Amino acid sequence: MATRPIKFYQVGSHAAGNRLLDPSLRSLQSDPNRSNAITKGHRACQGCGEALGARYAIDAAMRATGGQLIAANATGCLEVFSTPYPESSWQLPWLHSLFGNAPAVASGIAAALKAKGRSEVRVIGQGGDGGTVDIGMACLSGMFERNDDVLYICYDNEAYMNTGVQRSGSTPPAARTMTTQAVGPQPGNPFGQGKNVPQIAMAHEIPYVATATVAEPRDLEAKVEQAMSIRGARYIHVLVTCPLGWASASGDTIKVARLAKETGLFPVFEARDGVLSAVSKIRRQEPVEEYLALQGRYRHLFKPTRQEDVIARIQARADRNIERYGLL
Amino acid sequence: MERPFAITLDVGSSLANKTGAWRDERPVYVDRMPPCNAGCPAGENIQGWLYHAEAGDYEEAWRVIVKDNPFPAVVGRVCYHPCTEVCNRAQVDEAVGINNVERFLGDEAITRGWTPQGPEGHSGKRVLVVGAGPSGLAAAYHLAMMGHEVLIRDAGPLPGGMMRFGIPAYRLPRDVLDAEIERILALGVTLQCDSKVTDIQQAMREGEFDAAFLAVGAHIGKRAYIPAGEAAHMLDAVSLLRGMESGERPLLGRRVVIYGGGDTAMDAARTARRLGASDAIVVYRRDRDRMPAHDFEVQEALEEGVVMKWLTTIRSAGEGTLVLERMELDDTGFPQPTGELEELAADSVVLALGQEADLSLLDGVPGLEIEDGVVKVGVDMMTGHPGIFAGGDMVPAERTVTVGLGHGKKAARHIDAWLRGEHLGQPPKHETAGLEMLNTWYYSDAPRALVPRLDAVRRQSTFSEVQLGLDEENALFEARRCLSCGNCFECDNCYGLCPDNAVIKLEPGKRYEIDYDYCKGCGICAEECPCGAIQMEPEPT
Repeated sequence: MATRPIKFYQVGSHAAGNRLLDPSLRSLQSDPNRSNAITKGHRACQGCGEALGARYAIDAAMRATGGQLIAANATGCLEVFSTPYPESSWQLPWLHSLFGNAPAVASGIAAALKAKGRSEVRVIGQGGDGGTVDIGMACLSGMFERNDDVLYICYDNEAYMNTGVQRSGSTPPAARTMTTQAVGPQPGNPFGQGKNVPQIAMAHEIPYVATATVAEPRDLEAKVEQAMSIRGARYIHVLVTCPLGWASASGDTIKVARLAKETGLFPVFEARDGVLSAVSKIRRQEPVEEYLALQGRYRHLFKPTRQEDVIARIQARADRNIERYGLL
Repeated sequence: MERPFAITLDVGSSLANKTGAWRDERPVYVDRMPPCNAGCPAGENIQGWLYHAEAGDYEEAWRVIVKDNPFPAVVGRVCYHPCTEVCNRAQVDEAVGINNVERFLGDEAITRGWTPQGPEGHSGKRVLVVGAGPSGLAAAYHLAMMGHEVLIRDAGPLPGGMMRFGIPAYRLPRDVLDAEIERILALGVTLQCDSKVTDIQQAMREGEFDAAFLAVGAHIGKRAYIPAGEAAHMLDAVSLLRGMESGERPLLGRRVVIYGGGDTAMDAARTARRLGASDAIVVYRRDRDRMPAHDFEVQEALEEGVVMKWLTTIRSAGEGTLVLERMELDDTGFPQPTGELEELAADSVVLALGQEADLSLLDGVPGLEIEDGVVKVGVDMMTGHPGIFAGGDMVPAERTVTVGLGHGKKAARHIDAWLRGEHLGQPPKHETAGLEMLNTWYYSDAPRALVPRLDAVRRQSTFSEVQLGLDEENALFEARRCLSCGNCFECDNCYGLCPDNAVIKLEPGKRYEIDYDYCKGCGICAEECPCGAIQMEPEPT
């Protein structure tokens, strides 16, 4: 009989951990001694993907740097829910200045550490899509262009959720926000607008760019760890579900993010020096409808009448990603 | 305290903010009933023992099995495994080969000499078990484990009942059977063979027994009226199979016809092939879909060259030939004669038309009721006569080894309660964990490990075991395919995916706790639990 190696089929590598798996192969999030960089009591909504994504990322960075880490945070949900004065959930040195200057603040911290000869202390800049894609774009581009020693992480929930769900440069086509209502001949956010920051980052030819979703902690942890092993400007873009703004069930946060990847709408990849170096393949391909139907921001595509042409245009976007990044 | 310019408050922690107050639903850890457990006639905690087998702790896995069933090596071979038919994994790729893993564990126990922990004390009560078949032996085992003194009396020369005298050796090697029976006797159970009980009341009085469990089985082959010439060679399947065991090799001739369509008919046909019949022909009045024999038995018989004639009955038998009649199914699926006849050369006819129980030992027992040739029992397995319980093939139920083992266990528990003057209530059953409660994303795809089988040529000429066992590597692989439906297996998903750090990971083996001070009730843990072991419940008000 042919032999085949025994794998941990009960969980494979898809769950956070497994009692049968060697601890080194489990995700950091399964570790009872993880640093819990954002501790409990924060005021994020039920099922907040951003709170979860930030914990995955910062816990991983804390481990990679032995806790020698400073974070600069842009204005946004992450800042507001974690740090209503004078309370804070953060378990590391953490700074908040303005909405648009988090990359510049991070660059400044890195420069100060360099001046002080504290090369062991590493710097993270972080923010939502508002602070990154729109308002902080100039500072971010400057940080990339100077190749400052900062890992910048964008937690992308595809609109300004903190101020009441206004459209951002990251809002996908057809999505309803308060400023792109589901009315008129082309309801929701128009097609053909917005920007792709991971591609913009790659165009700067910085050493490391990656995307990830909140559905896969291991993947994000590995990318943060990879990023922390490199000096220079690095960028990670994490898709985080927003039950409030996307009008999805709070329990579906992981499922929605998983479908974003499995439909091809959100390609998960890595790039070195501006060149695509690895993609995370689709495991169980699903039509975009599976993803859209879970979210109230797309309800107008199904009710009162089904907008076949709009769904087809969104599917075409997914298909284009699948072809462009080789996701299958 | 001196504060920096414009700072009026000390730095505080968000821990002061008990977000649990936001919750309108709360996650609760549950243990749901896996379909395999619900489907096991012997009441095994299958998911429970696979949990230990997955970790490679085979001895602990075996100990969990023998809490319910003292015959894992036997049952791993002969059970028709209804557990795998309801296994949720069957809808994902293929069912977990539960019986194969069980057999591996049973064989390991025999090889390594594992024995169950005996009773802690003695109750001083005496129980008579009549019949050393699966049901009687199981009852004796459980009663002995509860500290009762047990005597088994059996009419036959050796213990095992239908496991020995009904199931051919190519399906159940006798050394395996002997080893598992020996382990029961080693608990202090007394066995008397060739000791037929003819009057149960007298036997109980004479032996001063406090209770009795009857499991005499059904050993009398049913006859059918077939006009037959004197020279026609006819015998029944039960006698044929029993004869094999006592060393007789019945002369069947080269062309053997088996009449009937159950598992016994398949066993008889396959035995005939091994005894040298060039043709073993099964004649059955309905079609294959309506055949009571289990599919794999039919399949294995066909592989061994057994020929099936469906929709056919025997009209009459003469010397060397049979007259057969073709049947047709009517609208209700019942076979009707067509009048179309044909002749078939046959040296002998084996009747496999079912069995009846010999219930003469029950004559004159007050209160005891017999209906359709079997003894009526209550849900507690007690007959109408207080203190006399019954199970196995002599009560109304499917007649398989595993059902018999289940009866033995159930009866033992009720006898134990009855001896203490108590009555065992029915504990509430857990909700069954259906596939829709599982999140199969987290399981990898893994087809079932194939069980090696004996070459077809050797199967037609010898009584060597047909189905071979899994080696350790394959058994571990197979055990790990278990989805652990409805029962936490500590994958850390709830702990890792909680946005509020509100799941507390306890020591290995102790699972998790929810920190309700901070849990906001988002439901991610319940949604992402692979095995459906978390339930959202409305927050108590």
